[in-house]
Amino acid sequence: MALTESAGETGTIAVRVDGVSRRLTVDPRRTLLDLLRDQLDSYSVKKGCDHGQCGACTVLVGGRRVLACLVLAVTCDGADVTTAAGLTTEGEPHPLREAFLDSDAYQCGYCTPGQICSAAGLLTEFRDGSPSHVTSPVASTPQWTEAEIAERMSGNLCRCGAYDGIVAAIHRTGEGG
Amino acid sequence: MRPFTFASPSTPADAVRAVADDPSAVFLGGGTNLVDHLKLGIARPARVIDITGVTPTGLREDADGALVIGAGVRNSELAADHRVLERYPVLAEALLSGASPQLRNMATVGGNPLQRTRCVYFQDVTTPCNKRSPGSGCSALGGYTRHHAILGASEQCAATHPSDMAVALSILEAQVRVLGPSGERIVPFGELHRLPGDHPERDTVLEHGELITEISLPAPWTRRSAYRKVRDRASYAFALVSVAAAVSMLEGKISDIRVAFGGVAHKPWRALRAEEVLRGARPDDDLFRSAAEAELFEARPLEGLDGGNAFKIPLATRTLAAVLRELTAAEGER
Repeated sequence: MALTESAGETGTIAVRVDGVSRRLTVDPRRTLLDLLRDQLDSYSVKKGCDHGQCGACTVLVGGRRVLACLVLAVTCDGADVTTAAGLTTEGEPHPLREAFLDSDAYQCGYCTPGQICSAAGLLTEFRDGSPSHVTSPVASTPQWTEAEIAERMSGNLCRCGAYDGIVAAIHRTGEGG
Repeated sequence: MRPFTFASPSTPADAVRAVADDPSAVFLGGGTNLVDHLKLGIARPARVIDITGVTPTGLREDADGALVIGAGVRNSELAADHRVLERYPVLAEALLSGASPQLRNMATVGGNPLQRTRCVYFQDVTTPCNKRSPGSGCSALGGYTRHHAILGASEQCAATHPSDMAVALSILEAQVRVLGPSGERIVPFGELHRLPGDHPERDTVLEHGELITEISLPAPWTRRSAYRKVRDRASYAFALVSVAAAVSMLEGKISDIRVAFGGVAHKPWRALRAEEVLRGARPDDDLFRSAAEAELFEARPLEGLDGGNAFKIPLATRTLAAVLRELTAAEGER
């Protein structure tokens, strides 16, 4: 956070998006979501509710899943942002992308990039042993079950109702990894 | 959104001074509530002071066994910390029942207790609300009251506090370290939040410019603790009623106990009268019901367009019994 007092209406940030570093001037009011879509043409990131309720704008910042609609872009100085379009493992497209296709895990597709970023964050959190609301007892090692996946994906809504496919796609990806 | 200037101070004292000196300035932590309020027009600051670089982001244990949590620790980090999971399961369970994984990755420990009510009228700037706009009236009275208070409300405001973490912190008797323009002070967690009274615009006892820097949990006196949340969906919804409880047992009796309710009042509702009934008694369903009655006898449910919220009285009674049944069971090695 090298940024100090921004003299006027704007702040300057250095941010890395899907592997590309950029230096940008942003209005302090601009969210990371609007920065990605309107300033950086990163259209895989979707605006759903714009109030932190639907998960469509989920991206990874420093590998952790967050809601881009509730992050002010001006706070992203030095951040490493990954969107669904840039999501890879060892240079290859992330296996979640193929799994979503194979499991029929979408219908209209609008929520899908957010679902995939969220699922990528979920896989990391699960590997780290982080518990969820359905882990019982809470201090035990979480088991790789559909109930765990559903709970951990509850921040991503799908109005088409493709939840069964989404849970299946994540379940098989986690087993493969 | 109203224009504002933005600054990232380099010390906590600079952050405090920046806000204390300017009535139109606010602290920005994880942003999950404030950024939404900027969009909704509920918060209209001229200056936003980012504190994520100046509040502590780690946990430490002090000499008397307390666990000291930096205000900048994210909710998900706290819930996954092995010391919290092992010593304070009620806190991990409360955190994990709140919001969504993305929001828990963003929200901070210092910000969580300071989040504002999700009363639909508070969040809709086109309706009267004494909390958002003092003196304008309360739209919840006679409106939709499913999520509103049954205890401690006033003629001015019947909003509930939305935090799950705060309900757990109230029974853990946490201490809140606060930095203000004239120095530090410690606020017992149970004294942090206010009832609405005639000033529902004030959620807490903190003055403008005071910053939470740490929250400290006294050494645990029991591992038998739990949080149970009842809501309209299985996940990602605010509590209709919740119960946090910690129990120790001796020779088949409850030797000590702490209980608090969430979703029923303007603040986490520490149930001292229920505790008094339970302490020293042999646990059974009649006892649990008596304890709930001792606390809820002065509940004042609201009528409402949606049928009102009197359902919270039996719901809180049954939820308390369910939690205590589990915690006091002989094999309850928690």
